[in-house]
Amino acid sequence: MTYAADVAALARKDLLLELRAKETLPSMLLFVIAALTIFHFALPSGTSHAAALGLLWAAIIFTALLGLTRAFVAEREQGMLDALVLAPCDRSAIWLGKALAVLAFLVAAEVVALPAFAAFFSGLDGRTVAAVALADIGIASVGTLFGAMAVAGRARELLLPLLFLPMAIPIVVGGVGGYLWFLALYDAIFVVLSWAAFEYVVSET
Amino acid sequence: MHLRLPTLAFVCTGLLGAAIALIFFYAPTDANQGFSQRIFYFHVPIALTSYACFGWGAWKALRYLRTRDERADLESYVAIHQGVIFGGLTLVTGSIWAKASWGVWWSWGEDQLVLFLVLFLFYCAYFMLRFSVDAGPARANMSAVYALFGVALIPVSFLAIRLSRSFIHPIVFNSHGPQMAGSQFFTFCVSLAAMLALFATLYQVELAGKRVDAHVRELRELLA
Repeated sequence: MTYAADVAALARKDLLLELRAKETLPSMLLFVIAALTIFHFALPSGTSHAAALGLLWAAIIFTALLGLTRAFVAEREQGMLDALVLAPCDRSAIWLGKALAVLAFLVAAEVVALPAFAAFFSGLDGRTVAAVALADIGIASVGTLFGAMAVAGRARELLLPLLFLPMAIPIVVGGVGGYLWFLALYDAIFVVLSWAAFEYVVSET
Repeated sequence: MHLRLPTLAFVCTGLLGAAIALIFFYAPTDANQGFSQRIFYFHVPIALTSYACFGWGAWKALRYLRTRDERADLESYVAIHQGVIFGGLTLVTGSIWAKASWGVWWSWGEDQLVLFLVLFLFYCAYFMLRFSVDAGPARANMSAVYALFGVALIPVSFLAIRLSRSFIHPIVFNSHGPQMAGSQFFTFCVSLAAMLALFATLYQVELAGKRVDAHVRELRELLA
């Protein structure tokens, strides 16, 4: 099989699993709507668009975190990560397949979250949508790599936010400020780095 | 090794003594900030040393991934450990300086200080990661990857903080070189050398301790 076919098969497996079990996506959707509702009450009435936008980014990061902690649960519980590592495919394909599945979940959650945000708060502009799209790529790639690290540890779900949140700070800056070039730069750096590094994270030697 | 550590410690003590003497008796008092500006000679060298620690840790991590040499893994860990200590000191000295010159303990306008907060959070999680995974090649791999992400995060975070900043930090170095008088620059250089020597000494001490520790564990396993 070619690299692309491996990646497609792995991503398809994750999406199919989600389609059958319906575990991650519904909880992400509920979480993001609940978070936006909380933010409505947390913000004083008549706050600026900028304040609401900042909270949107907080909601996106935490929703992504919720999805990412679930990303490797199936692999962990069934010991499937070992099987995947043993499979005769490039190990970075495991990362790419998983990252694509995570990206799909994120986009699906945001397809609901962004209109909800626009309705609840002060609308939405194209720049924010573009920034969210770019940020998703960075979140999915770094988050998938760190998710694979976190499941190997004893602390597991506890560990991922600690590893991931400092990495997410530049994403929030780029998103809130609307610096699309900066988000693209972040994606370029960390997609390549995560892609190259994944092999080491899952190998036992 | 037996000779190097005492020599290093001796040089380090001398440099630190010289730096402290220069800072308090030789460097001129700043016209604007007065006496409190002297903390600059501690704060900035400590910060730069912290970068050096993280950089060294990442270099050793890269070495580990290339050679699979367990010593490189330990060296990377020790360097990052020292980096976190120096980073913590940077936050403390920066806070004190901010309090003395602006009257606040924390200022989000200070790029470097905010960057150190981000790095401090990032590298503290390094220890959480390391201590939650059982010792072995898998842990060494993950630690190395995480350390390498750290050095990639430094410039990216720095850029991010620059983008989000307000302009109150005094820029001492700019593209035209250091904006310091000769005596100030000399004091700064001695202080920087002293901090780097301190790092080297502490690094060797901790490394020696950890190596003995590992050796004892090996011996105990042989006996058991």
